[in-house]
Amino acid sequence: MTGTLVSLAILLPLGGSVVLLFAGKRLPEPLAGVIATLTVAGAFGCAAVAAVDFLTGAGEALTVRWFDWMPAFGVDASLGWDRLSALMTLVVTGVGALIHLYSIGYMKGDARFGRFFTYLNLFIASMLILVLADNFAMLFVGWELVGLCSYLLISFWFERETAAAAGKKAFIVNRVGDVGFIVALMVVFAHFGSFRFDTVFESAPEVLTTGTATAIGLLLLVGAAGKSAQLPLYVWLPDAMEGPTPVSALIHAATMVTAGVYMVARTGAIFGMAPIAAGTVAVVGAATALYAATIAVAQTDIKRVLAYSTISQLGYMFMGVGAAAYVAGVFHLMTHSFFKALLFLGAGSVIHGMHGEQDMAKMGGLRRKMPATFATMTIAWLAISGIPPLAGFWSKDEILGTVFERGGAWTVLWGVGLLTALLTAFYMTRMMWLTFFGEPRWDDGVHPHESPAVMTIPLLALAGLSVVGGLVNTPFRTTLEHFLDPVFDAVRLAHVPTGSTAVALAGASVIAALIGIGLAALRYRDRVPDETGFAWRLMGRGYYVDDVYGQVFARSGKLAAAWLAFRFDARGIDGAVEGMGALTRKTGGWLRPIQTGFVRTSAAGVVLGAVALLGWFLWRGGL
Amino acid sequence: MTVTPGWYMALSAVLFVIGLSGILLRRNALVMFMSVELMLNAVNLTFVAAGRELLSIDGQVSVFFVMVVAAAEVVVGLAIIVAVFRRRKTASVDELAELRG
Repeated sequence: MTGTLVSLAILLPLGGSVVLLFAGKRLPEPLAGVIATLTVAGAFGCAAVAAVDFLTGAGEALTVRWFDWMPAFGVDASLGWDRLSALMTLVVTGVGALIHLYSIGYMKGDARFGRFFTYLNLFIASMLILVLADNFAMLFVGWELVGLCSYLLISFWFERETAAAAGKKAFIVNRVGDVGFIVALMVVFAHFGSFRFDTVFESAPEVLTTGTATAIGLLLLVGAAGKSAQLPLYVWLPDAMEGPTPVSALIHAATMVTAGVYMVARTGAIFGMAPIAAGTVAVVGAATALYAATIAVAQTDIKRVLAYSTISQLGYMFMGVGAAAYVAGVFHLMTHSFFKALLFLGAGSVIHGMHGEQDMAKMGGLRRKMPATFATMTIAWLAISGIPPLAGFWSKDEILGTVFERGGAWTVLWGVGLLTALLTAFYMTRMMWLTFFGEPRWDDGVHPHESPAVMTIPLLALAGLSVVGGLVNTPFRTTLEHFLDPVFDAVRLAHVPTGSTAVALAGASVIAALIGIGLAALRYRDRVPDETGFAWRLMGRGYYVDDVYGQVFARSGKLAAAWLAFRFDARGIDGAVEGMGALTRKTGGWLRPIQTGFVRTSAAGVVLGAVALLGWFLWRGGL
Repeated sequence: MTVTPGWYMALSAVLFVIGLSGILLRRNALVMFMSVELMLNAVNLTFVAAGRELLSIDGQVSVFFVMVVAAAEVVVGLAIIVAVFRRRKTASVDELAELRG
């Protein structure tokens, strides 16, 4: 029963995607979106019913076998339904359904309306394969499928050259990470002879040495850094904002980019044996969090602020799971998906109302024109800034608290996290002020208007989740931790501090957030300051990392490709092939005169041959 | 003066070279054809002579084979020559040089 429901959760959106692929063009506009939304809502319903047992405490993890897939590797296509996958499934389908609904309004009038929902549905199915996989091979299939959907949706408006280029960039950068992931899978199979999570994690302590575990962990981190946009592979995510805004909300904020965090949490048994690898995860996360936050401060495009903010928040999650605070990491993953999806959808609503304008310099004073968007965005702003009792405060604080509790060098990471929290509050306040407060700076002919109900209802729902979402795991009621406990049974979890330390840390977080908000409010309260100085340009361009990558990797790649195409292929390969032809033709030319066509020439040839043969026999003295 | 096998061999060699010369030097297809027959019969002569000398029947048997094949070849060859002559009004093989490279 539960197994059927879990399978159905994947098959519904997959079926919706297939139906829309063939019928999407013929369906009248809202219907395609309605079908897509209903399949995802149905998947959410299935997952919710299947998860009831977990909530009551009665549920056991179970495996749903689909079919023999690769018998040579002992790999089945099968799903694993445990508490972690249940939570992920609920987040993906829940937020996904809301964003589908929103897209009906946002994509209104688009020429490829049906095709958009085909991809969106396919993405939900792929993401569910990823989180429900019960072995590394299935996980990899989902991993690649979500990458494909991401590529298709980033370059959805492929008529724009920048969108097509951004899609390619995302795909290629993700390939770099995937190399690490694939090698990690090879190492896993070489040591365990199995891809099944159960087998691998149970026998990990006997099979793996610390060195091997570290190698696997670091290779997995490479894959996770690609998918979750961590240093140094984050460059694709800001460009991914070329896609439609609901895509940015669903794929590049709430779900797909968190796959790396999920994967690290899932493979906690391996990271638990490799403190160096886990520490590296945390350091990469902390570095990314601070780095991306400084870039977000200087962005002028509303979506790029949110893109860098997403990278920064993912850094927090990495810091959490790297510090063995898996529950905290997954908790932040969940709350972040609420408030960041809300921020993106709100930004989409603003862009929609401003007729496609994304430059915050041309916004301002929108709060009266778009009250619902403003109200919900305000909640998301306070949530991500870490103001209690909103969602972001609890999850961010849990990560910071756990990191602090581990002491030693981890305290430095805590400091980085706290500074990032301050910066986060600063740039989010800056964004809110530039967009909603102050005097209107709209272009002529722009008449902002509130978005239709189909778009504001998801905003309200996500705003509600951003308010209460954090309450599932507070220091007073650790519901989520109890819920996820069986999953991390075999893994040693780091814990949050208790007592006065906890209060002091929470106080520090809140003060950092308030300082950030206060500084930004002072700076942007009544004017738009000039932000064209060197430091602002440096941060605005993301420290020119894109340009450096362009020069180092893209340019050298192009040069190598040009050499291969115009030298090696055109001269070398083609030369060899054409040389063979020329040689044959030339030899033929030399031999042509021999063939005169006269019978006597041929006869003379026969005679000469016979005489030569005879001479040979005589010389040898017999046959 | 007794006739030794050497005489037969010499005669057949002379006949063979006459035939060969005919093939190489003449242009008329019919004459070349006759030259071929001459060469074949020169070989036949050596077969018979050698067979008798070595007291073996093999030589004479071979001759029958050669004669049969020669007869068949004559049929085909003459037919070709007649066909060519009808079309080209000539039997000169130098006119038939379509296979020149």
